[in-house]
Amino acid sequence: MQLSTFQDGFSAALLGHAADAPWLSALEAQPGFAVYRNTVLKGCIDALQANYPTVCQLVGEDWFRAAAAAFARAQPPRDGLLVDYGAGFDNFLAGFAPAAELPYLSAVASLDRCWTACHLAADATAVDRHWLAQQAPGTVPHASLQPHPAARWAWCEDFPAYALWHHHREGLALPEALDWHGDGALLTRPHADVIWRPLSRAGVAFLDACAQGLPLETAATRALVAEPATDFATLMTSLLDAGALTITNPHTTHTG
Amino acid sequence: MASPLTAGLGLKPQHYDEALRCTAPGLWWEVHPENYLADGGPRLAWLEAIRSRHPVALHGVSLSLAADAPPDEAHLARLAALARRIEPAIISEHLAWSTWRGQYLPDLLPFPRTHAALHRIAGNIDRTQDVLQRPIAIENPTHYLHIDGHDWAETDFLAELVRRTGCTLLLDVNNVYISANNLGFSAQAYLEAFPLHAVAEIHLAGHHADPVHGNALLIDSHDAPIAPAVWALYEQVMARTGPAPTLIERDDQLPTFNELLAERERAHRALTHTQPREVACS
Repeated sequence: MQLSTFQDGFSAALLGHAADAPWLSALEAQPGFAVYRNTVLKGCIDALQANYPTVCQLVGEDWFRAAAAAFARAQPPRDGLLVDYGAGFDNFLAGFAPAAELPYLSAVASLDRCWTACHLAADATAVDRHWLAQQAPGTVPHASLQPHPAARWAWCEDFPAYALWHHHREGLALPEALDWHGDGALLTRPHADVIWRPLSRAGVAFLDACAQGLPLETAATRALVAEPATDFATLMTSLLDAGALTITNPHTTHTG
Repeated sequence: MASPLTAGLGLKPQHYDEALRCTAPGLWWEVHPENYLADGGPRLAWLEAIRSRHPVALHGVSLSLAADAPPDEAHLARLAALARRIEPAIISEHLAWSTWRGQYLPDLLPFPRTHAALHRIAGNIDRTQDVLQRPIAIENPTHYLHIDGHDWAETDFLAELVRRTGCTLLLDVNNVYISANNLGFSAQAYLEAFPLHAVAEIHLAGHHADPVHGNALLIDSHDAPIAPAVWALYEQVMARTGPAPTLIERDDQLPTFNELLAERERAHRALTHTQPREVACS
């Protein structure tokens, strides 16, 4: 038998949809076949549980592992980097019938995914308040900054996804009267660890504009359009302190 | 040439701080490179910190050398970049496949050891070694299935891979013990036929019996101390090979760091013929 024929049949049998073939049936009939089948599925589920800890906390381990098994069958990993497995789990949960009673689950999953992406992203030097202070007068509006490679931000229109997410992440009790409105989050990695803070609509609009390469003046305008009452100086300080921004053109940088 | 490595341990994130501080002589650490193929961030920083104080080996699980396809070039390039950064003492992979037609199956899967498979795998090892610019060590896998159609005994297959590619071997003694048990062959006879001259590293680990089938089906679970029978086989191998870098794998049911270190000390003593010593590291 050709090696590729063996691997086509064996991999299909592992995933439970093998064609009828005597040689495959002979393998599947052995007790040892289940060891491989269980290990493959367990590897996927364990990775998802590690990468979506807040979702798991919200729904409990049994429910989570059942949902993760369904996701793993639908979207198995493409490579061995299981630390990065599970992009798309948020969309999967949005369409997963048993999750219909937890409409915020998908948005919470998006924040777990933001954490993973932030954790694994490239290193770069963030600009800080000193950078801003050292710019020549009149140059800042035309300068552009880009989001730090590790910065991730999200806005959830319908639910306080960030409030739910960070209370669970931090092991805090949820407030008795949680304001049931949309909220936003910013995750950054100014040093080794991923940190998070709330982000306003204005902050989301500003970072979106920076990601498009727009100059700071335009990005600031977008922020004020999104949320006219914004104190832009405070927003900017918060973003700089979070390490959310980096220089677009490294030749003009102050990296102190 | 005497190896500076004696007994090492699999590096677990839970033990980073203790691992970093530990000064046990000859200690080294092994990691799965897949967990560190990040673009940046704390994982790489942790590994570089460990590497600044200890030798590190990269033990891959997803190169899928026994797939009937060339290794993924993007994965190879990332592995090579990590190797340049970490300068590992040893890079190893398995005689197994795990990625097939763009899908990763997180296990080390078996195949019929045919002439064609030998040709394909030798080519895949060649390609890997070309990219990494160094030999890699190939590990004997754990077996759970009787598969028809082998042209080669596993020990001969491995010896031929060594001859064709210049690779070295990683002898996992626990895998030999489990496979012999599950498939009904003699572990002693397997080890007698094993090309020990090419062994660059030895693995030891614990296993457990399948909950349904009991001792007839042992599982390579890495979740228990090394079994006495595996220690006995290891000591027999050592008597023939002389000291070889030995790594204890523990991936589940993690004990305290000092318990792992005590188990590691037994291998270290076997390698150095030294007397028992205090092993606590703080």
